[in-house]
Amino acid sequence: MADEKKFAGYVCTGCGLGERLDAGQLETTATRDGKMQSCKQHEMLCSAEGVQLIKDDIANESVTHVMIAACSKRAKVEAFNFPEVAMTRANLREGVIWVRPESDENQETTQEMADDYIRMACAELKSMSQPSASGEQTLNKNILVVGGGITGMTAAIEAAAAGYPVHLVEKSGKLGGALGSYYKVIPTRSPYDAPAENPVPGMIEAIEADDRITVHLNSTLAKTEGAPGRFNVEVATESGSSETLSIGAIVQASGWKPYDASQLPEFAHDKSADVVTNHELEALAVAANGGPIKRPSDGKEIKSVCFIQNAGQCSDKEGHLSYFSGVTDLVSIKQAMYFKELNGDCDTTILFDNLRTPGAGGEDFYRAGQQAMVTFSKGIASEVMPGDSLTVKFEDKILNEQTEMVCDLVVLATGMEPNSGPDPYAQLMVDEAEDEEEKAKAQAILENAPPSILNLQYRQGTDLPHLKNGFNDSHFICFPYETRRTGIYAAGPVRRPMDAQQARDDATGAALKAIQAAENAGLGRAAHPRSGDLSFPSFRKEGCTQCKRCTVECPFGAINEDEEGYPMYNESRCRRCGTCMGACPVRVISFENYSVETVNQQIKNVEIPEEWDEKPRILVLACENDAYPALDQAAQAGVEINPWARVIPVRCLGSVSLSWVTDALNNGYDGIVMMGCRRDDDYQCHFVRGSAMAAERMSKVGDTLDTLNLEPERVILHEVAITDVERAPQLINDMAETVEKIGLSPFKF
Amino acid sequence: MSDLNTAMIEKYRSNFLKEVEANVEEGEWVKMCMQCGVCSGSCPLGKHWDHPPQEIFMMIRANKRDEVLGTDSMWMCTSCYNCIARCPRGLPITHIMHGLAVYSKRLGLTQKKQPTAEFSQIFWDNLMKKGRVNELKLGLSMYFKDGFGQGVKNAMANQKLGQNMMKAKRMNPMEFFGGHSVKDLSGFQSMVKKAQEIEEGNLKEAK
Repeated sequence: MADEKKFAGYVCTGCGLGERLDAGQLETTATRDGKMQSCKQHEMLCSAEGVQLIKDDIANESVTHVMIAACSKRAKVEAFNFPEVAMTRANLREGVIWVRPESDENQETTQEMADDYIRMACAELKSMSQPSASGEQTLNKNILVVGGGITGMTAAIEAAAAGYPVHLVEKSGKLGGALGSYYKVIPTRSPYDAPAENPVPGMIEAIEADDRITVHLNSTLAKTEGAPGRFNVEVATESGSSETLSIGAIVQASGWKPYDASQLPEFAHDKSADVVTNHELEALAVAANGGPIKRPSDGKEIKSVCFIQNAGQCSDKEGHLSYFSGVTDLVSIKQAMYFKELNGDCDTTILFDNLRTPGAGGEDFYRAGQQAMVTFSKGIASEVMPGDSLTVKFEDKILNEQTEMVCDLVVLATGMEPNSGPDPYAQLMVDEAEDEEEKAKAQAILENAPPSILNLQYRQGTDLPHLKNGFNDSHFICFPYETRRTGIYAAGPVRRPMDAQQARDDATGAALKAIQAAENAGLGRAAHPRSGDLSFPSFRKEGCTQCKRCTVECPFGAINEDEEGYPMYNESRCRRCGTCMGACPVRVISFENYSVETVNQQIKNVEIPEEWDEKPRILVLACENDAYPALDQAAQAGVEINPWARVIPVRCLGSVSLSWVTDALNNGYDGIVMMGCRRDDDYQCHFVRGSAMAAERMSKVGDTLDTLNLEPERVILHEVAITDVERAPQLINDMAETVEKIGLSPFKF
Repeated sequence: MSDLNTAMIEKYRSNFLKEVEANVEEGEWVKMCMQCGVCSGSCPLGKHWDHPPQEIFMMIRANKRDEVLGTDSMWMCTSCYNCIARCPRGLPITHIMHGLAVYSKRLGLTQKKQPTAEFSQIFWDNLMKKGRVNELKLGLSMYFKDGFGQGVKNAMANQKLGQNMMKAKRMNPMEFFGGHSVKDLSGFQSMVKKAQEIEEGNLKEAK
């Protein structure tokens, strides 16, 4: 910034801060140690008057950097919102007075804590600048929807209705997808008592009538490059022609494929034409054309039918789907009611083990099936014997007996498999496999990779990463709707198994997220979870060794490489977690307001008392998404924290630079506690792999401790959830006890 | 086997659920059972039943006609209403149990010497005579239902109880001689007769 910097501090004395702390001394600390050019007190800084005080200084005194010593940075964010300046917050309320008991003997350490937090905030402020957008792109409102099934059509209709031009790309020659060829759908409106009319034909009409939607049939994506706000997508048609579209954000609705029932030899799907899957039954119902459904083998009217639930799903058996497809019980009820509707007095039996009917009307629909005299038998089918009539052998789970029934048609309720592209991390899974069995599994996934759908020109692969069982999902609690590729939203059964109504809801959400992504990209702002963040990473080229760790470790595949091997950041793909910053061995990556230096300065500006003072210092690096809020909540609940702790919030544990740990130890800190989110399979990290990367990097910290001749217990890394309100402070207090046991660090000067 | 039973077997051949729907009081609820088993778990006498309610419902759907109508399980119901209070689907389970018991008795399929069934018959016969229950005679009928010798034994065993009841004016020995009736006995009897006719009519229709 060319303009002169002006630093101003503000100390709030409200919420009991004035009574518990010596505000005069805090002011002195800010100006003398923190080098603030001015420092003011206010009895309630978050009030309109207090905020005005700061605003006036920014306007009249050309203040460019603001240090606010008041509550946690997670509190009063609306009041303390000054986008035109750089700002830090010293957490004196949740960080100090609420976690320390009010008594004379504690007064000295409490004041020391507060003074340290002021020094830290001032030092941080000194080494940061106010973030601003890079101006990398302009607003591009075009939304690309990949897949013309019910999900894709809904996303297209919704985005167009919101005023955004849509390109809808469909691989086949017509819109409608799997559902398009179905007889009827699960009811979506009260009273939920009968299968409902298929909405697809109406939707196709609506799309054809909408001039904001451009449909590309018989087309696939040959190439997708760029970033949100400036995607260049090459759409290739079957006939060989292609066109390039400029796109703001993408919805991937590539849908699902039915499970291959030939993998279930016990149910004779391949031996008898009268054993069909639920997917295949729809065609029979459509073919009946309003009359009774006929048997495929001999065209005879069906008088009795048996549905076998969970065929090849919810099972650990080889070749079966290990998960439940969520909707297949509702589908069987729906199809059983086809028979009640079309085939008169047809006997319909549903053999179930666990009948699950999710959704608002699920239970009502189940009752409607029972009212219609569909027989629900709790039993597990073991074999279907083909013949003129089919015999289904099953175990009756209520009457505890092996029994059998004879019927004209058997319907297998098989599951849904995602129609996703290859997992970009499949190779990584092979490399990282811990044992042979895991390696073989990963190798099989790698070798049987499906063809690419998006053909992304990303450093980290062509498609969206998989979460479980090949679905393009991401952690739904930490990341509602987000995938691990910014600006590309998976919707519908490619994300998880779901029915048509769920897919429509999902598509609507994804369309809105895509619009948000396009708009955010236009303004240079981050997507969830650091929504609205303008800071973005940049690197010092002369220091970069082209080691590629940042490009490999970015959890969002945001970073490409140029021809010389230097990183290219793609601001609008970036989630601003700082995992690249933590990865960089030469510390050249930084954000305007978050860098190796901003944290290092905080570490260095904590006053380290002499050894004989017997006042240890414990550095706590807490993830701002879970651990830091947990500590805030603990403070609200009045849980005590040891007075030696100094807590620094970090964007993600993945952004933690090993140099912070070594510098802190060299500076005389006695212990370091790092708190990140749960990692690996059931991760809760907002940046997916940040916490896992941190754990990986910190596993090498032992060598550093060895060279310094320090005890390994001094550095510890914990997984902390946002609900760990009691545990998070306890982990800090445990470290204080450890330090007491092993003694103070010898590195005090 | 009664004629009625034969007729019903003929009519509903393979669909016992439909037979139950048509002929058993509250039988149309059976199909709504979702097999959660809360009724069986809630029944205080459940462990003495051969087939708890959940199982009976399943047997009905599985066409196990002889087993259902021949079991004495539904006769074990004490009408505590725990199952009705707890059934998440709101099935009137107690009433269905009584309905099944009545149906099996009507078809002549109830087990001989089933104590609840025997007591019910004695109670009914006693009630019909005077339009009200004569407790003294009801007790005596119960004592002597298995023969004279057993009756004397039963009476002697409860001798003290009987004496105390008389002392406390809880039992009037004069009731042995006729006993008193409701005000309009013939009115009562014709009312019951009419109700029976209606029920018989329903079954005949079902035939």
